[in-house]
Amino acid sequence: MGAKVVTITSGKGGVGKTTTTANLGAALAKIGQKVVLIDADIGLRNLDIVMGLEKYIVYDLVDVVEGRCKLRQALIKHKQFPELYLIPAAQTRDKTAVSPADMIQLTDQLRGEFDYILIDSPAGIERGFRNAIAPADDVLIVTNPEVSAVRDADRIIGLLEANNKNPGQLIINRLKPEAVRRKEMLSPDDITDILGIRIIGIVPEDENVVPSSNTGIPVTLIEHSRAGQAFRNIARRLMGEKVPFMSLEESSGSFISRIARLFGSK
Amino acid sequence: MTGIFGRLFGKPREDEYRGSSSAAKERLQFILVHDRINLSPDRMEAMKREILAVISKYVDVEGDNVEIALQKRDRDSLLIAEVPFIKPIVASYDDSDEYTQPHDPTRTRDDT
Repeated sequence: MGAKVVTITSGKGGVGKTTTTANLGAALAKIGQKVVLIDADIGLRNLDIVMGLEKYIVYDLVDVVEGRCKLRQALIKHKQFPELYLIPAAQTRDKTAVSPADMIQLTDQLRGEFDYILIDSPAGIERGFRNAIAPADDVLIVTNPEVSAVRDADRIIGLLEANNKNPGQLIINRLKPEAVRRKEMLSPDDITDILGIRIIGIVPEDENVVPSSNTGIPVTLIEHSRAGQAFRNIARRLMGEKVPFMSLEESSGSFISRIARLFGSK
Repeated sequence: MTGIFGRLFGKPREDEYRGSSSAAKERLQFILVHDRINLSPDRMEAMKREILAVISKYVDVEGDNVEIALQKRDRDSLLIAEVPFIKPIVASYDDSDEYTQPHDPTRTRDDT
């Protein structure tokens, strides 16, 4: 019994950690799980915006840790999913306001009430990262199919090993199947060869993602979105279901580029 | 690309074009192997020279063809060395052997 604590991290910034956390949270809630998301990026709060909850913040993570409010008071309930909650980061403090021990204590208090606790880690490998991984049962490492992002993912895997955490599972975000086919982008196979850890999801580049963060409605909720589908699949895999990887061939490029291939041009 | 994810992209084309992704992969492999053991390419070169110097104290080494490199196997890093020795001069090697004896596949031309 008790919640599973899953930390979403990456090393490099801007690869899609926050988008991934928001979407996995929404996807898990949609299939009936009780979920709380914790934004551990103190000083650079963002998860509330991606979730569309920025207007409802009264208390934050630091308020809880420093005892200015009860844990319950800092839990913001999502408007669409009664079983989805957010504990926002503080915006005016820095990472040292919270310690790894605080995070363990906080998640221990939440474990009894939830099925999943998802922690959105800040970029980097310093205090904020150590806070985020301290209570983790599972770690999801988000990367992009680019040299610098994969290098940083490798660094994270090394640090998890050094901290006796399991090596984590990989999410490759913003993959362009068309570019992979043209051999202008690292393929999922290239990346697993290099990193030597298991892939739990491949999220294709999707034009629905930016509008979804504009409006604060997670892309998981857009039925026809390929990225949304990929996040829904990851949520089910997290729960132990065997879900086949979707065919990226289908999603590749435009209709025109497929026609072009049909006639043998590049 | 024949792993489990390869199938998702359909059959790989047979053309020669390698694309920039192979450069990305090679660069990453080089970067990571050094990151993982925290050894800069400079220090690596120095270590190679020292290893070679030690071996050369005991045997004659074909210095130009020595290969000492870092490799990764899953998540472990290994140092792999290929150090060819200079062939000793064999006094009585009969060339005609090669033509009179049936071909032995376990025997290469370099066996003496």
